[in-house]
Amino acid sequence: MTTRELSVSQAIAEAIGQEIERDNRVFAMGEDIGVWGGVFGMTQGLHAKYGAEKIMDTPISETGFVGAAVGAALEGMRPIAEIMFVDFSGACFDQILNHVSKIHYMSGGKIKLPMVITTAIGGGYNDAEQHSQCLYSLFAHLPGLKIVVPSSAYDAKGLMTQAIRDDNPVMFFLHKGVAGLVWMAPNPRASGPVPEEPYTIPFGVADVKHEGKDVTIVAVSLMVHRALDAAEALAKEGISAEVVDLRTLVPLDKEAIVNSVKKTHRLLVVDEDYLSYGFSGEIVAVVAERALGYLDAPPKRLAVPDVPIPYSDPLEDFVRPDAAKIVAAVKELMK
Amino acid sequence: MALSKEQLQDLYRRMVRIRVFEDRVAEIYWEGKIPAFDIGAGTIPGEMHLYQGQEAVAVGMCAHLRPEDFVASTHRGHGHLIGKNVDLKPMLAEIMGRKTGLCEGKGGHMHLFSADLHYGCGGIIGGGLPHATGAGLAFKKQKRDNVAVAFLGEGAANIGAFHESINLAALWKLPVIYVVEDNLYAVSVPKTASTAVKSNAERGAGYGIPGVWIDGMDVMAMYEAAGEAVARARRGEGPSIIEALCYRYRGHFEGDAEPYRTPQEVEEWRKKDPIPKYRQRLIQQGMLTEAEAAEIDQQVAAEVKAAEDFARSSPFPEPREALERVFA
Repeated sequence: MTTRELSVSQAIAEAIGQEIERDNRVFAMGEDIGVWGGVFGMTQGLHAKYGAEKIMDTPISETGFVGAAVGAALEGMRPIAEIMFVDFSGACFDQILNHVSKIHYMSGGKIKLPMVITTAIGGGYNDAEQHSQCLYSLFAHLPGLKIVVPSSAYDAKGLMTQAIRDDNPVMFFLHKGVAGLVWMAPNPRASGPVPEEPYTIPFGVADVKHEGKDVTIVAVSLMVHRALDAAEALAKEGISAEVVDLRTLVPLDKEAIVNSVKKTHRLLVVDEDYLSYGFSGEIVAVVAERALGYLDAPPKRLAVPDVPIPYSDPLEDFVRPDAAKIVAAVKELMK
Repeated sequence: MALSKEQLQDLYRRMVRIRVFEDRVAEIYWEGKIPAFDIGAGTIPGEMHLYQGQEAVAVGMCAHLRPEDFVASTHRGHGHLIGKNVDLKPMLAEIMGRKTGLCEGKGGHMHLFSADLHYGCGGIIGGGLPHATGAGLAFKKQKRDNVAVAFLGEGAANIGAFHESINLAALWKLPVIYVVEDNLYAVSVPKTASTAVKSNAERGAGYGIPGVWIDGMDVMAMYEAAGEAVARARRGEGPSIIEALCYRYRGHFEGDAEPYRTPQEVEEWRKKDPIPKYRQRLIQQGMLTEAEAAEIDQQVAAEVKAAEDFARSSPFPEPREALERVFA
């Protein structure tokens, strides 16, 4: 296999392009995904290669085109619909809440809905309350949606290929901070070796991105990068942290979490989404149900403390988890 | 558009099938709910939205459709599904929550789906409109000459999904027909209190597409308007809006106290009933005899009876089946 260095968004675009070539039913639509290539680059280069029939710019009309993706999927296509920022999903929440997630079930399993919704998440660049949320837990709460939140270029390509080939609706969340965008602060972890050939990564299989024996850090996407930064810092102080990248929230690899905690006896969940009623609580619950007796310390959670994402630097930095906060939380756990 | 005797009689048969089926559903619905009304009790639990009075709209439209033509229906969808000639047995079994139902008991009256008939409906106003647009997009991409039809009430024409769906369909010249059934009330609110224009047909101008207003109590008027819209769509010339003035004889749902209208108003509309009017017209034109009409009525009654027998004798799903079919 030939591999090259790609950014996460380049890897995603490559997966979409290869699936368009492989399967005539695949096409993408969304705002500014055509000539622009998607504001976060998920369709970069594809319009020039495959044309407007496959890479369709839409009006600013989320209910219209996400709902149209449903109808196209019902009639045998395999659409990809991009909601530019996840914050904009409010404009089409009914389609996701009441249709995308439920049609297969409501039909008694007689109708399949193979479609992918891609969207961009996360803060760290002062875009504030309405452009910086993660919200994957909101959608993970709804039965019927598969939830993908990749952290690396290799994972992003394999998971996107899997998403397009899946017969179920999949929501694919790209963090702007891992995309490798030229207009954001450089993130060396946003690029990595990616094979040219198409490949898939199964959903529901977590990946241990850094092995350790003293504490388990569970995270997704950009928080995996922050946890890896923290793990390097902790190693210098003699603390061995294991970083578990869930890669998909639905399905959830409970085994991987439980196995890691049984080894390390300590759990920290790092989440850039809101703290309460979200994925950090879910992971703690899984461990409480299945590995409580293995814990040497009460589990900890680092997440946005139930406030909107504020604008000003000191405010935004205060509410978002980062490597220093992870290091501090791990040290608390080790006491 | 000269129709054969068989075609003309088929329109009559489909309307009667909707009416007789729903009259029986209304009777069954009240089993177990008298004397004390408990919406979750009885042979058919849950909400029930019946279509009687509007049959001419569903039949005039669906008579033009092939099984592979897509229909996105509403919470009041029985007429549209029967209009597409569904087998009444699994339909009624679904409404009774049985394993043999169209959706194995998971959907019920408000969420009926048929993969074979390319039919779906739902309980969210306007929710299905972009699905019809998307089905039209698929047909265009696949170079099929199929069409998609979205039915909606006049109340749904004020939700954003209506405008977004039609804008996309007009922009991309998709083969979609949006059929607005103006039955005068959005639950209780009259059109005059909900809609800034007199007719939703006028709204076609906002998207550069045809909009026509017709008498929805006249099946031939609906048939002709639908025929033009379907032909235009199959030719690749884009979407249309048809608004059909009609009336629902029963409440918004069974149990509706109907404080927003008078019994006299309902009586006045019942005098315009599309079914006896059409039957009379066919007889006068020599396209139907009293004996043939009676035979159709009897055949439909037997079909409905057979559906009821099938549904009542069908098993319920196993409780644990609730855990299945979340993912394919």
